[in-house]
Amino acid sequence: MTAWFQSGFLGASVGWLVATLILILMIALPLMLAVAMIIYADRKIWAAMALRRGPNVVGPFGLLQSFADGLKVFLKETIIPSSANRGLFLIAPIITFTVALLAWAVIPFGENMVLADINVGLLYLLAVSSLGVYGIIIAGWASNSKYPFYSALRAAAQMVSYEVSIGFVLIPVVLWAGSFNLSAIVEAQRGHIFGLFNGFGLNPLLFPLAMIFLISSMAETARAPFDLTEAESELVAGYQTEYSSMSFALFWLGEYGNVLLMCGMNAVLFWGGWLPPIDWWPLYYIPGIFWFFLKILFFFFVFSWVKATVPRYRYDQLMRLGWKIFLPISLIWVFLVSGYLMLAREGMLL
Amino acid sequence: MIAHWIKSFTLWEFVKAHWLTLKYFFKPKATINYPYEKNPISPRFRGEHALRRYPNGEERCIACKLCEAICPALAITIEAEPRADGSRRTTRYDIDMTKCIYCGLCQEACPVDAIVEGPNMDFATETREELIYDKAKLLENGDRWERALAANLAADAPYR
Repeated sequence: MTAWFQSGFLGASVGWLVATLILILMIALPLMLAVAMIIYADRKIWAAMALRRGPNVVGPFGLLQSFADGLKVFLKETIIPSSANRGLFLIAPIITFTVALLAWAVIPFGENMVLADINVGLLYLLAVSSLGVYGIIIAGWASNSKYPFYSALRAAAQMVSYEVSIGFVLIPVVLWAGSFNLSAIVEAQRGHIFGLFNGFGLNPLLFPLAMIFLISSMAETARAPFDLTEAESELVAGYQTEYSSMSFALFWLGEYGNVLLMCGMNAVLFWGGWLPPIDWWPLYYIPGIFWFFLKILFFFFVFSWVKATVPRYRYDQLMRLGWKIFLPISLIWVFLVSGYLMLAREGMLL
Repeated sequence: MIAHWIKSFTLWEFVKAHWLTLKYFFKPKATINYPYEKNPISPRFRGEHALRRYPNGEERCIACKLCEAICPALAITIEAEPRADGSRRTTRYDIDMTKCIYCGLCQEACPVDAIVEGPNMDFATETREELIYDKAKLLENGDRWERALAANLAADAPYR
């Protein structure tokens, strides 16, 4: 598509710009829609597990609930506390939202279906998802209110802690795939176990890492049971307490955009991305993007499932899990996997 | 000790808990589809107030003011004077529904079953003023709910 635009009257540089802008919109707009529907799905799943009905009034089966909520939020007044730092207060949700969208640039939706096929895609993802915490810290600080401030402190410590273990979990994946490029990582998972399955997650050596990554990604997105940043029983609504109207909605969109991103990362890194789960030729007739979305939806269901099941961790338990359990295990696994790969390369195994 | 380690590293408790919630996920819902479905309520249910009429259209209330006197929340205000035909009737019968505590003492006190609390529980309004009911509103409620009110009073009569 980029080539088509560049060959037209627009010329190489303007054509590239237009094509990229269109591609960005092709990712961002469906993502917004997906977030709206995923919030609805979250509420429905959560409700069903509590034997409730969930939203069921707006539209058929309540499908339009998120749009009604969005409209309501649009029409409200943006209240800025008089003691808040105006500029930072307003820019914080924008940072959260933008960063949540940014990361999608490197996610491969299918073979050659990726906006930016950069070689260090995984590092880019890590960098961008680390930036996400700035929105929360700035929001908590700029609100000039005690609960948002506590929440910001918690968010900072929590996200930093879990990024460490996420980083170490990613190293074995990169070692095994031999690349930081996400498309290459997905390709490396094709026919992984004796040509049967597509996905590192089914490898017994990498399965524990897949689980650690799943749990860490919940902590990274501050989902239950790690939602200490917005623990409503302790901190009102955490860093969102002073926010209203669109600034609140941007946090909400950014948060769920991040959740979807983490579901996508789970799918790409451990469960074969756009590849069908089993390496069997008829399954390849179904477009890859379908498998990818199916995997994202599955992981989102897992996220909601966990949210409906597990009570919130205490803060010290959260820190203990991150630093004293996940970090040592993932470190040992870096050693194990790299050792295994070395031996396999030297021909000393199998 | 080893069993404990295996349990915690295989996340056994979590697996069990998630299996339980998954079973609940497919269970029928415990809640009803509220505005369209309603739970059965007792004939003694004390909901929205209504002033009833006799079958010939004459209002029952004789302005004895017993309800006004007994009302613990002082929600009822009554003014009365003789009507043209000499019978004693209310000229004003107000209930401040924001004060009312729905104790049901007014309908217990009423000697002619004029003021009753009906089965209606969803009468939320958008303004506070709409919740200050006057006589016309209460009589309209009575006309609207008469069948249900009469049935409830008949069902409860043996126990009074």
